[in-house]
Amino acid sequence: MSEQIATNEQEYAIEVKDVTMVFNMASAKLNSLKEYFIALARRELFFKEFKALKNVSFNVPKGSVVGLVGTNGSGKSTMLKIIAGVLEPTEGECVVRGNIAPLIELGAGFDIELTARENIYLNGALLGYTKTFIDEHIDDIIDFAELHDFMDMPLKNYSSGMVARIAFAIATVTEPDILIVDETLSVGDVFFQEKCMNRIRSFIDTGKVTVLFVSHDINQVENLCQTAVWIEKGVKRMEGPVAEVCEAYRNQ
Amino acid sequence: MADSSANHSNYVSGTFSKDGFILRQLVSTDFKLKYRRSILGVVWSVLNPLLMMIVMSVVFSYMFRYNIENYPLYLIIGNITFAFMSDSTNQGMTSIINASSLLKKIKVDRFLFPVQKVLFALVNFAFSFVAVLAVMLWFRVVPTWHFILLPVCLLLLVVFCSGLGLLLSAAAVFFRDVMHLWGVVITAWNYLTPVFWDAQMLVDNHAPWFVLAVVRLNPMYNYIQFMRDIVLWQTVPSFETVALCVVWAVVMIAIGIFVFKKTEHKFILYI
Repeated sequence: MSEQIATNEQEYAIEVKDVTMVFNMASAKLNSLKEYFIALARRELFFKEFKALKNVSFNVPKGSVVGLVGTNGSGKSTMLKIIAGVLEPTEGECVVRGNIAPLIELGAGFDIELTARENIYLNGALLGYTKTFIDEHIDDIIDFAELHDFMDMPLKNYSSGMVARIAFAIATVTEPDILIVDETLSVGDVFFQEKCMNRIRSFIDTGKVTVLFVSHDINQVENLCQTAVWIEKGVKRMEGPVAEVCEAYRNQ
Repeated sequence: MADSSANHSNYVSGTFSKDGFILRQLVSTDFKLKYRRSILGVVWSVLNPLLMMIVMSVVFSYMFRYNIENYPLYLIIGNITFAFMSDSTNQGMTSIINASSLLKKIKVDRFLFPVQKVLFALVNFAFSFVAVLAVMLWFRVVPTWHFILLPVCLLLLVVFCSGLGLLLSAAAVFFRDVMHLWGVVITAWNYLTPVFWDAQMLVDNHAPWFVLAVVRLNPMYNYIQFMRDIVLWQTVPSFETVALCVVWAVVMIAIGIFVFKKTEHKFILYI
C-alpha cells in the first residue's frame, strides 16, 4: 500500500501541498533599528498581514504542460517563486523533483559589468551545469542567441532584448526536467519569440520535460497547455483540462 | 538539441560541487571586476600594502621602532592580516543585499555570498603576501620551516571571518544600520589591535588589567600574533595564542551559522 503511494508520488514533477504565503506588510518596510523599536513600542510590528496565497494545492505530473492563469496580483508570480525555490511558503510545502530552468525575469541574475561570455559561465554555474558542459556547449548558446560579434562586450552595453536572448539560450541549452516560463518572451523581437516558442515546443514534444507556463494571454495558454490552474486573489478557483478552465476564466 | 540520455551528466551532481563551481565563478567575477581597466591591475594588491607600510613606517618609526626589530615587516604583517578581516567582513556584510536580484530569481544557497567575499579577500591576501616576501628579502629575513604553519593560521582566520561575515550579512538584511555601525567598529578595532604598536608597551606603562585583558583576548591580536610568530619572529606560536585563535574561529562560525540559518528564509522579504 505505502509502496504504491510512493510510486504515485514519483510521477509528479511538482507537488504544491496546501501552500499559504503570508507577507507581513508592516515589518516589511522597517529598515532600521530605530523604526523597528518604534514599531515594537506601538505594537504595530506584526499587524497588517497580507495573504498572497491561501491553501493552494495542485500537482503537476511529469511530462505534462500546465498553464497558470489569473489576473494581475492574483498570486501567480508568488506561486512561481515558491516553485522555483526562491520563496519559502509560510505554511504548507512544495515538492519539486528534478532540475528547474526558470525563465522568470530573463537576465535578472546577470552581472552587467561582465561580458556575455563571462555571464554564460556565471549563470551556467547557478543553473547547476558543470564547467565541462558549458565549455562544450558555449558555441550552441552563442549560435542560438545569434550574438557572435558581441560575446566579449560587457552586458551593460546590451539592449534588453539581447540580454533576454542570452538568458534564454543558457537556460534551454539542455533539456531541463522542469521548465518554468513566465511572461518573459515578450522581450525579444518577433523572430526570436518564434524561435523560443519552437524550442519550448520541441521540449514538450519529447514528453519528458514538465512545463509550467504562465501568461495573461489566454490564447497562448490554450494553444500550448494540456491542463490549467486558475488562481484568483490567492485562492485556487479551478483546475482541469485547459479548454474548460480557459472558458471559465473568460466568462468570469 | 542535447540528447536526453546524457541529460543528467550535464548537471552537477551533489550540492557540494555545484556550490564549489558557483563560488569559483563568483570569486573570479570579483577578481575580474576589481582590476578591469586598471593598467597595473593585480600589481595594486602588492603595491597597496607596500605603500601603506612605507607611509606608516616613516610616521611611526620615531615612536615605536626603538623596541621592534624590522619594524616595517612588523607593520605590513599586521596591516594585511587586519585588512583581510576588514575587507572580508565589510564586503560580506553587504553581500546578501547586493545579491538581491540573483536571490529573487534563482534558488541558490545563500551562504555562498558572504563566503565568496571571504575567499576573495583571501586571494587578495595572497597577493599582498608577495609584498611581505619582498620586504623579507629587503631585510634579509630568511623564511624558516615555520612557514608551514601559515595555512593553519589562514584557515583559522578564514573560518573566523566567514562566521563574522555570515552574522553581519544576515544582520544587515534586517537592519541597514549595521552597515554604518560596522565602519566605526572596524576603525576602533584597528586601534585596539597592536598593528603599529607593541602590546608590550601596555605592560611597560602599567595599563590596567582590563585593558590588557581586552587586548589579549582580541581575536585579531591573536591572529596577527600567530602570523608574526611564524613569519617575523620565526618561532612556534604559544599555546595560548593558538588556543585563542581556534576558540575564536569555532565560536564565531557557530554564531554565524546559527544566526544565518535561523534568518535566511526571511531574507527574500527584506531585500
